[in-house]
Parts: sequence; C-alpha cells; structure tokens
Amino acid sequence: MKFGIVVFPGTWSERDTQYAVQDVLGQPARLIWHKETDISDCDAIVLPGGFSYGDYLRCGAIARFSPIMESVREFAGRGGPVIGICNGFQVLCEAGLLPGALVRNEHLEFRCEWVNLRIERADTIFTNTAAKGQLLRVPISHGEGNWQSDSETVRRVEDNGQVLLRYADASGNVSEATNPNGSTNGIAGIINERGNVLGLMPHPEKACETLIGGADGNVLFESMMRSATAAIRS
Amino acid sequence: MFLARIRVSLKPTVNDPQGKTIAQALGRLGFDTIDSLRAGKYFEVRIDEYDRAAAEKKVQAMCTQLLANPVIERFDFDLDPVS
Repeated sequence: MKFGIVVFPGTWSERDTQYAVQDVLGQPARLIWHKETDISDCDAIVLPGGFSYGDYLRCGAIARFSPIMESVREFAGRGGPVIGICNGFQVLCEAGLLPGALVRNEHLEFRCEWVNLRIERADTIFTNTAAKGQLLRVPISHGEGNWQSDSETVRRVEDNGQVLLRYADASGNVSEATNPNGSTNGIAGIINERGNVLGLMPHPEKACETLIGGADGNVLFESMMRSATAAIRS
Repeated sequence: MFLARIRVSLKPTVNDPQGKTIAQALGRLGFDTIDSLRAGKYFEVRIDEYDRAAAEKKVQAMCTQLLANPVIERFDFDLDPVS
C-alpha cells in the first residue's frame, strides 16, 4: 500500500510518519508538497501533525485551501482511505471532510504525554487488526484538541458509530479524569459516515517501535494495509 | 471603498476556556463585578467596492468561507464607506 504524506508549510511530523509506514511497516511512502495535485499513485493519504500556516486564524483553516486539498477531497469522495493526525485532523474538520471542530484545550495547556485510547469499533478499515475495547498507548501533543460540535451533530456522530477512539484509563474506563483536553465525550478520533476518513489527535506514528516507548500506533496503519490487501483479493 | 469591521466569537453554546481564564485573571485584579467574558477575533478589511450591497455580499462570503468557522463561531460586521 503506497502512502502519500501531505506536507504543508509548518507541518512537522511528515518524516516520523514516513518512517513509521516505510521503515517500520515496509510500505512505500512519499511526501507530497501541498502545491501538488496529482496523487493518483497513492493508495492512502496521510495528513500529518504540525502547525500548518503557523495555526494562523484557526488550526487547519488556511491549509484547507491548499491545492492538494481538492485532490484529497476527490480521493476521499472515491472512497480512498485518508487519515488526519493532530493538525491533519484539524484540517479535515475545517475542510468539512469530518464533522465538528477542534478548539483550545479546556485547561488552556499544551499537553504532551502518553494516553490510552479505547478502540470503540474493530470493523473499520483503521481498526480491523484490533479488538473492540482494546487499548492503544499512544502520545498526544497538542494545544487545540478539544473536539466540539453542536448537540445535534454530537448525537449523530455517536449514533452512527463514528467515534473510533476515546481517551481512557489503563482499564479502559472513560471519564473526565482520563480526558486530556475537554473533548466532548472523551473523543480522541472520529471517522466519516462512509468510514474511509479518520481524524485523531494522538500521534500513532510516534508509537511505532518499542524503542521509543511503544508500537501500538502501528495498529491503525496495519489495519489500513490489511483492508487494502483484502480489497485487492476480493 | 468600504471598511468592514468584522467580529468573530465562539457561539454561546461552545465553551470558551480562554474567555473564562481571562475573566478569572480580571477577577484577581479586583474587577469583582464581571458577570461573563467571551474572547473573540476582530478584523478590519478595506474593500475596493463602490456598491454597498456588493461589498456586504463579499464580506458575508469571506466570513462564512474563512474568517469564521460556522461549526463553532458566529460573526457580525459593520460596513462604512471610507475614502
């Protein structure tokens, strides 16, 4: 599975993402400058973490208008897998590819720490190598990861099963105490209705080897690889 | 030429931790009668249009497409002719 990793001015996690999918998981990957528009060689698109356009105006608000985003929109519209990590999640929300918005952390602090993520569904292309309720230990690193939306949208996202990951404790319990940023219902990651676009605040690419503290983040990329293989066979 | 003064703020239903923190800091300074405080953004945009309706339409479009995120924010603006 060839991963295309989008680089906006201010993106900083593209090399780590490339290392995770290419060096650790053995998949071809290339960096895509945001002015490019041809992504026809890619099987999956990653919008990695960082501070695109210096987080000016709102996180992700300017990146959304980069030329690459029209191609990403078309790619997602055709059912192509897209994963937005941290700033990438913010870009996907600003672009309307995912519902809601990410606002300032409730306590106003930038949080850089390891968290437990509870997998809410194992029947998606991002989690099919995991089990429902399984915990992933992955770091967060953000100041604006507080997912908010109007109550109608929150209800729809919950009812549709679009919540894929929630912040939990080591036993899998989700509570206010396990919520690092005030995000609604402890939401750490959501998918679109079709299930081919995922946005999450934690950094799976920074949990790709036990040497750096854990390899749980690989689950998401491995699941994408598995579903791609299954699609080719079927 | 028109000058648009645009104000963007979080919707009343969206929590504003920044505003709350500023209110607390003002409280510590002795401003003990603050009932509530909401933080927002302010833009001044000079627009090279000579028709008010056209300028208004453009400002409206700027706000909905970029300056405000309709999911969490609301906006309003004044439009004044300037030389």
